Amino acid sequence: MATHESAAHASHAHGAPQGFIRKWIFSLDHKVIGLQYYFLALTAVFVGMFLSLLMRIHLIWPTATLPFFGEIKPETYLSLLTMHGTIMVFFVLTTAPQGGFGNYFLPIQIGAPDMAFPVLNMLSFWTTFLGFIVLLAAFVVTGGAPLHGWTGYAPLSALQSAGPGEGLGADLWITSIAIFCIGALMGALNFITTTLDMRAKGMTMMRMPLTVWAWFVTAILGLLAFGVLLSAGILLLMDRNLGTSFFVPLVTVNGQLTGHKGGSPLLWQHLFWFFGHPEVYIAILPAMGMCSQLLSVFSRKPIFGYKAMVYAIMAIGFLGFMVWGHHMFMSGMSPYTAFAFSIMTMGIGVPSAIKTFNWLGTLMRGRIRFTSPMLFAIGFVSLFVTGGISGPFLAQPVLDIYLHETYFVIAHFHLIMGVASIFGIFAATYYWFPKMFGRMMNEPLAKLHFWLTFVGAYAIFMPMHYYGMSAGLRRYSQSTEVAFILKLLPIQRFITIAAFITIASQFIFVINLFWSMFKGAKASDNPWEATTLEWITATPPPHDNFGGRTPVVNNGPYEYSVPGAPRDFVMQSDPEIKPKH
Amino acid sequence: MADSALHDIPSVYEPSLFGTYSKKIGMWLFLLSDSLTFGALLYAYSYGRISTANWPTPFHSESIVNATIMTAFLLTSSLTMVLAVRASVDHNAKAQTLWLLATMACGAGFIILHGREWSNLIAEGLTLPMFPKVLGHEAASEFVNVSQTVPQFASTFFTLTGMHMLHVTLGVIYLGVVALRRKFIPILLVLWLVAWLTTPAYSPFHYGAHVLLIAAIVCAIILWLKPKVYDSSDVEVAGLYWHFVDLVWMFIFPLVYLMSAKIL
Repeated sequence: MATHESAAHASHAHGAPQGFIRKWIFSLDHKVIGLQYYFLALTAVFVGMFLSLLMRIHLIWPTATLPFFGEIKPETYLSLLTMHGTIMVFFVLTTAPQGGFGNYFLPIQIGAPDMAFPVLNMLSFWTTFLGFIVLLAAFVVTGGAPLHGWTGYAPLSALQSAGPGEGLGADLWITSIAIFCIGALMGALNFITTTLDMRAKGMTMMRMPLTVWAWFVTAILGLLAFGVLLSAGILLLMDRNLGTSFFVPLVTVNGQLTGHKGGSPLLWQHLFWFFGHPEVYIAILPAMGMCSQLLSVFSRKPIFGYKAMVYAIMAIGFLGFMVWGHHMFMSGMSPYTAFAFSIMTMGIGVPSAIKTFNWLGTLMRGRIRFTSPMLFAIGFVSLFVTGGISGPFLAQPVLDIYLHETYFVIAHFHLIMGVASIFGIFAATYYWFPKMFGRMMNEPLAKLHFWLTFVGAYAIFMPMHYYGMSAGLRRYSQSTEVAFILKLLPIQRFITIAAFITIASQFIFVINLFWSMFKGAKASDNPWEATTLEWITATPPPHDNFGGRTPVVNNGPYEYSVPGAPRDFVMQSDPEIKPKH
Repeated sequence: MADSALHDIPSVYEPSLFGTYSKKIGMWLFLLSDSLTFGALLYAYSYGRISTANWPTPFHSESIVNATIMTAFLLTSSLTMVLAVRASVDHNAKAQTLWLLATMACGAGFIILHGREWSNLIAEGLTLPMFPKVLGHEAASEFVNVSQTVPQFASTFFTLTGMHMLHVTLGVIYLGVVALRRKFIPILLVLWLVAWLTTPAYSPFHYGAHVLLIAAIVCAIILWLKPKVYDSSDVEVAGLYWHFVDLVWMFIFPLVYLMSAKIL
C-alpha cells in the first residue's frame, strides 16, 4: 500500500471518519466541504444583503438612524458599499457555485470517489473561512471598514491617512483578499487536477456534463487570475506599510505631502482588472453550466449543440483575459488601446449569443416540466439576456465615458453578475437538494420564492438603468443635495421598496431550506429522472460516493427522449445506445 | 515508477489527459499560477522602470560578482536536484537523501549570500522609507541618492528579490521535509531561533526569520495529516518546484541586476 499510496489515485480511498470533528469540521470529504462552502456563502449573502438594505434605506431617508451604524455619514456609506461588494463578489458569487456545488458534485458527476487532493481541499475551505473572519473584523476595528470600494483603487486604498477606515480596516481588507486568493488557488488547482485525472472509465472529456465543463473552465480562470491579485495585494500592503510607491504618485492629503512619489494608480487598475474581469466569469460560468444542465433535464431533450456549448465556455474564458481594459476607459487610456479592448469585449457577445440561442433551442418543442429549478434556470436565461444586452453599450468607450459613473453600470453588473448567478445558485439548490439531504424541498413555497425574486429583481434593477441614463451618479450617499438628481428621487424610492420586498422574500427560501432538511418529503434516488452520475448513487451519497462500485460511463450526459429507448432518459451508466440523430 | 503504479489500477479511470499522476499535474498547475504571480511583479517592475526617466544603474562590480556566485549556487542546485531524482528512481535511498541535502545546502548558500547582499545594500543606503534606520551608516553613497530620487528602484528590488528569496526558503524547507520528514521539524525550529536571535533588530531578516516558525508549524500539521513515506514521485514533484524557482531567478538576475549594473 505504501508504495502505491502517493502515486496515481490510490490515496483517495481514505476511510470514512467517525468522530464529529473529523466528519463535519475538519472533514476531508468533498461533499462535507462543499456544504461548508455553501453555508459559508449563505451566511455571507445575508450579511451582504443586510448592508445593501442599509444603503437603500439611507438613499431615500438620509437622516434616518440605522441599526448597528447609527447615523450614516458619507464615509460610512462608502464603507457599506465596499463591504457589500467585497462580501458578495468573493464570499458569495465565487464561493457558492464553485466551492459549494463544484466541490460537492464535480467528483460525483465524473465518477470519482473524492477530489484529487482531499487535504488541500480542506485547507482551501478553512483558508477561505479565515479570510471571511478577517474581512468581518474590519467592521469592529478603530476607524471601521475601508471605503475604497471592492476594487480598492489607489491612491485611496494605498494611503493610511486617506480617510477613516483606511487605517487598520483597509489592512484587514487587503489581508482578507490575499488569504482568499490563496484559498481560491488551492481550490482551483484541485478542481483542474480532479477533472483531468479522475474521470471514470468512459467519461471522456466530451461526455462530461456541461456543469463539469463550467467548473473546470472556471477553475482555470481562477488559477490564472488569483495569483495576479495576490501580487497586487502584496504590493498594496507594501505601499501602505513599508512606504513603497508602486501605486502612489506625488500626492498630498490635507495639504501634506505623503512622502510617496513616482508610482502609478493605473498600475493597480491594470493588475486588479486583470484579475477582476475573469472574476466576473468565475461568478457567472458555473451558473451557465447549471442552467444548461437543468434546461436539458426539464425539457426532456438533449442540450442543443453540446460541442458548441463547450467551445463557447472556453471562448468566454479565453476572451475574459483579453478585456480587462474596458473597466478603465475612464482612467486615461490611449484611444487605440481602448479601441482594441472595445472590439475584444464586443467579441464576447458571440460565444454568449451561441449559449443563449442554444438554451432557447433546447427549450424549443421540449416537453417542459415547470419545476422550481427549471423556473430559476429559465429566469437565469432571462436575466442573462437583459443584463448582457447592456454590455455592448458599456463596451464602447464613447458611451462608457458618459455611463461609467452612473447607476447604469450598477444595474448592468448586478443583473448579469449578481442576480443571474444567484439564480444559478437557487436553481442548483432546488435541483440538488434531494441528493444532498435526501428530502425534497417544498414546491409551492419554491415557486412563490421564484416569482417574488424574479419580479423583484427586475423591479430593482430595471429602473436603475433609467436612473443611470438620467445621470444619476453612483457612490453618492445622498441624492437630496443636487437639484437634478433630487428630481429622480421617486425612482430611488421605488427601488428601495422593491428591495425590501425582494429581500423579505428570501426568508421564504431560507425557511424552506431548513424546514425541508428535516421535514421535507423523502426523495428517491433520481427524483428528476436525470441522466448524470450523481443520480445513480444512493441519496445522500455514501462516503466514497458510489459505495465501493466505480461507475462505467457509456453515454453522453444529455440522452433524453431517445427513440426506441424504454424510458425517456438514458443514464450515462446505462448500456451504450446508438444515437439516431 | 509512477507509470507502473498507474498501471496497477487500469480499469477504473479514463486515462489522464496528460498521462501522468495527479500530484505532478497539481504541481504544474501551481507553477503556472505562481508564474503569473511573479509575472505581475515583473510587470510592476517594468511599468515602474519604463515610466521613470533616468532609471538608475548603481550596482557596482561587487554586487554583480556576488549575484553571479549566487546564480552559480542555484544552477549547481538544479544539477544536484536532478541527481536526487535519479537516485530516487533507482531506489537508492541514501544517495537520494544526500543529493537532496546537497541541493538544500546550495539553496541555503544562495539565501545566505543574498541576505548578506541585502544587508550591505541597506547599509550603503538602498532602503525603503519604513525600514528601520541603520545607525552609523549615513555615508553619502550613490544608493542614498537613488533611494531618495527614484523610490521605485529600491521598492522593486526588494519586492522581486524578496519574493524570490521567500520561494527559495520555502523550497529548502520543502526539500528538507521530503528528505528527512519528521526529523526536519526540530532542525527548522533551531534554525528559526538562531536566525531570529543572531540578526540585529534593524535587519529585515529579524522579522523575516518568523517564516521559518510558520513553516515549521505548517509542516507539522501536514505531516500529522499525511504521515506517509515519500517516494520517487514526491522527489520528482519537489524537483519541479525547485527548478521553477531557479528559472525565476534566471529572469530576475538579468532584469534586476545586469540591466542596472554600473558600466565603467
